[in-house]
Amino acid sequence: MKAYTPKEKLQHFLISNAVPIIFILMSAIAIPLSGFSATYLVQEMLIRLARNSFLVLSLIIPIVAGMGLNFGMVLGAMAGQIGLILVSDWAVVGMRGLLLAALIATPIAVALGYVCGAVLNRAKGREMVTSYILGFFVNGIYQLTVLYAFGKLIPIANSELVLSRGYGIRNAINLAGMRHGLDYLIPLRIGNLNVPVGTYLTIALFCLFIVWFRRTKLGQDMRAIGQDMGVAGAAGIPVEKTRIIAIIISTVLACYGQIIFLQNIGTMNTYNSHDQAGMFAIAALLIGGATVSKATIPNVFVGVILFHLMFVVSPMAGKQLMGQAQIGEYFRVFVSYGIIAISLALHAWKRQKDRERARRSLRGEA
Amino acid sequence: MNEKLKAFIEEAGWPRVIIGLFLLSLFVAAPFVRVRVDASISDTLVRFGMNGILVLAMVPMIQSGCGLNFGLPLGIIAGLLGAVTSIQLDLTGVLGFAAALGIAIPLAVLLGIAYGLLLNRVKGDEMMIATYVGFSSVAFMCMMWLLLPYTSPNMIWGYGGSGLRTTISVEGYWLHILSDFLSIQIGPYLYIPTGMFLFFGFMCFLMWAFLHTKTGTAMTAVGSNPEFARASGIDVNRMRVISVVLSTVLAAIGIIVYQQSFGFIQLYMGPFYMAFPAVAAILLGGASVHKASMVNVVIGTLLFQGILTMTPSVINSLLQTDMSEVIRIVVSNGMILYALTRKVQVKR
Repeated sequence: MKAYTPKEKLQHFLISNAVPIIFILMSAIAIPLSGFSATYLVQEMLIRLARNSFLVLSLIIPIVAGMGLNFGMVLGAMAGQIGLILVSDWAVVGMRGLLLAALIATPIAVALGYVCGAVLNRAKGREMVTSYILGFFVNGIYQLTVLYAFGKLIPIANSELVLSRGYGIRNAINLAGMRHGLDYLIPLRIGNLNVPVGTYLTIALFCLFIVWFRRTKLGQDMRAIGQDMGVAGAAGIPVEKTRIIAIIISTVLACYGQIIFLQNIGTMNTYNSHDQAGMFAIAALLIGGATVSKATIPNVFVGVILFHLMFVVSPMAGKQLMGQAQIGEYFRVFVSYGIIAISLALHAWKRQKDRERARRSLRGEA
Repeated sequence: MNEKLKAFIEEAGWPRVIIGLFLLSLFVAAPFVRVRVDASISDTLVRFGMNGILVLAMVPMIQSGCGLNFGLPLGIIAGLLGAVTSIQLDLTGVLGFAAALGIAIPLAVLLGIAYGLLLNRVKGDEMMIATYVGFSSVAFMCMMWLLLPYTSPNMIWGYGGSGLRTTISVEGYWLHILSDFLSIQIGPYLYIPTGMFLFFGFMCFLMWAFLHTKTGTAMTAVGSNPEFARASGIDVNRMRVISVVLSTVLAAIGIIVYQQSFGFIQLYMGPFYMAFPAVAAILLGGASVHKASMVNVVIGTLLFQGILTMTPSVINSLLQTDMSEVIRIVVSNGMILYALTRKVQVKR
C-alpha cells in the first residue's frame, strides 16, 4: 500500500466531502446577507437538531443493508401520526401521552414496515423508486383511513378533532397537551434558552443503539448483504428476511422520529406532515455527506445543521439579494431537490465507473 | 369459454381487469345517480385528448430501456416556455399555437440532450434520478418565472409589475385551437374535439412509424438487450439519448396541446406531479417497465382519464363524499407499484 502525499490526501478529502463543503460555503455567503444574529441562529439550530435528528437517523440502517435511501420512511411517519391522533382524542397529555402514542403506533409501523420490506424484496435493484412510490400509495390509504374511517368506524369522541361533517380528521391538530413533552422532561435553562435535554438524551441513546447494532450478528449480516447479496446468500444469511428486518427497524424508528418531531412543533398537519418528513430527512442526510451506500452518525448531525441553516437563512437572504422573499423560498425547494438529484446521480455514476473498471480488470492488460 | 376468459385475464393482468370493470360499473351506475352519461363521455374524451400526448411521451424511453420517464416535467417546462413566449409576442390563433410549438421544440431538444447524457451516466438508476431531475427543474423554473423579463400585461402580476402569474389564460390567443377544429357537437352535452384527436392520432402514427425505421428498431434492440445491441454495432448511448430527446419533445408538445384545451397555462408548482398520471396511465394500458406500444397508450389514457372523470361525479353522488382524490392516488400509485414489483416473466 503506497503512502499518500498530503496533497493527495487533501484532494481525497475535498472530493469525498464535496457536498458539505459547498453547503458551508453557501451558508457563509448567505448568513451575513440574511442579517440574522448569531444567537438567534444558534438557538434555531439547537431546536432543529432536537426536532429532526431522530428522523434522519432512522435512515441509516437500510443504507447499511444496501437498500439505499428508505423513501418508505414516510410509512413510519404516518403510523406515528395515527398514534398521535388517537392519543389526542383520549386527552392523555405530557410524556404519558407520547409513550402511549408510540405504543399504539409501533404495531402499525411494524406491519407497514413488513409490507414495505416484502414489496422491496420483489423489486431488488430499484428499491429507492419503489419505496418512493409505495410512500405515495400508502399515503392514499392513510388518507382513506383518516379522512373516512376515523369518526365512522373508529370512534373519535373529541369534536375538535373531527371535521364539521361528522367524520374525518381536521387538517390541523393542536398537540398542545403533548407539546415539548419529551423536550422539557428534564428542565434545563441556559440564559433565556430552554434546552430540550430529554430529546437530546433520546437521540444520544439511539446513536449508541446504532453503534451497538452494527456489531451484532444481525448488523454484520446486513453489512454483508449490503456488500453483495449473492455472496451473503451463499454464505447462509437469509437475505430476504434480513432485508425485511432492516426496513421494519427503519419504519418503527421513523415512527418514533415523527412523534418526536411533532411534539416539538406542537401542531400536526394531518395530511402533509409526513410527506415533508421524508424529503427533508433524506435531503439533510445527503447534505451531511452521506451517499446511497454509506452513511455515518456524523453525517446525520452535520447534515441536519447545514440543511436547516440554509432553511432558516435563505428566505431572508433572497429578500435582501433579490428584493423578494419568495425567491429564497423557491431556492430552498430547488436546493433540497437538486441536492438529492445530484447526490443520487454522482453515486450512480461512480458505481457505473466501478463496474466498468472491474470489467476492464478482468480483461487484463491489452 | 372459461379457458378463453382465463387467457384474457392472464394477458391483461388482474389490476387492469379490475380497474376496467370498475370503470364499466361506474358508467352503468351513472344514470341511477342522475349523472349524465353523455356529458361524462364527453368529459372523458376531452381529457383523453388533453393527456394523450403526455402519455405517448413515455413510449420512447420505455422502449430504449431507460424506464419510466419520471422526468417528464423537464419537457413540460420547455412547453411552458414556448407557450409563454408565444403570448409575450402577442401571436394569436394558429400562428400563436405554431409559434409556441416552434419555440418549445428546440428548447426541448436541448434539454433532452443534456438530460439524456446525464441518464447515460447513471444506467440502472434512471427512474429515481429522473424523478428528482424533474422536481429540481420545476423548482428552478419557479425562480425563473419570477425573474424572467416577460412584460405582457396579460401574464404578469398586476401589483408588482413583474413576475409571471401562477395561471395564465390562453383565451384570446389560442384557446381550443386544436379542439375546435372539425369538432362535433351532438345535443347540448356531447362534444367531440376532433382536431385534438387527429393531432394525437398523427403523433401516435409518427411514433409508430419511427419505431419501425432503422433507428427505431435499433432503439428497441437497445431496450431489450443492450449487450446484444452493442455486439451488433449499435451505439447504445446514442440511441438512449435519442429516446430521451424524443420523450422530452413529446412532453413539450403534449403540454401545449393540454393547455389549448384546458385554457390555462399553469406555472410554478403546476407541472410538479404531472409525470405520475402519465406514468400510471401507460402502465394501466398494459405497458411494462420495458415494453410499451401505441395500443397501451390509447387504452391506458382512456381507462385512467375515464376513472378520473367518473369517480368524482358518480362516487360523490353515491356516497355524498368526495373520495375522488384518494381513489386517484391509490389507483395511480398502485398501478406504478404493480409494474415495478412485477417479476419479469419469460415466455416460451
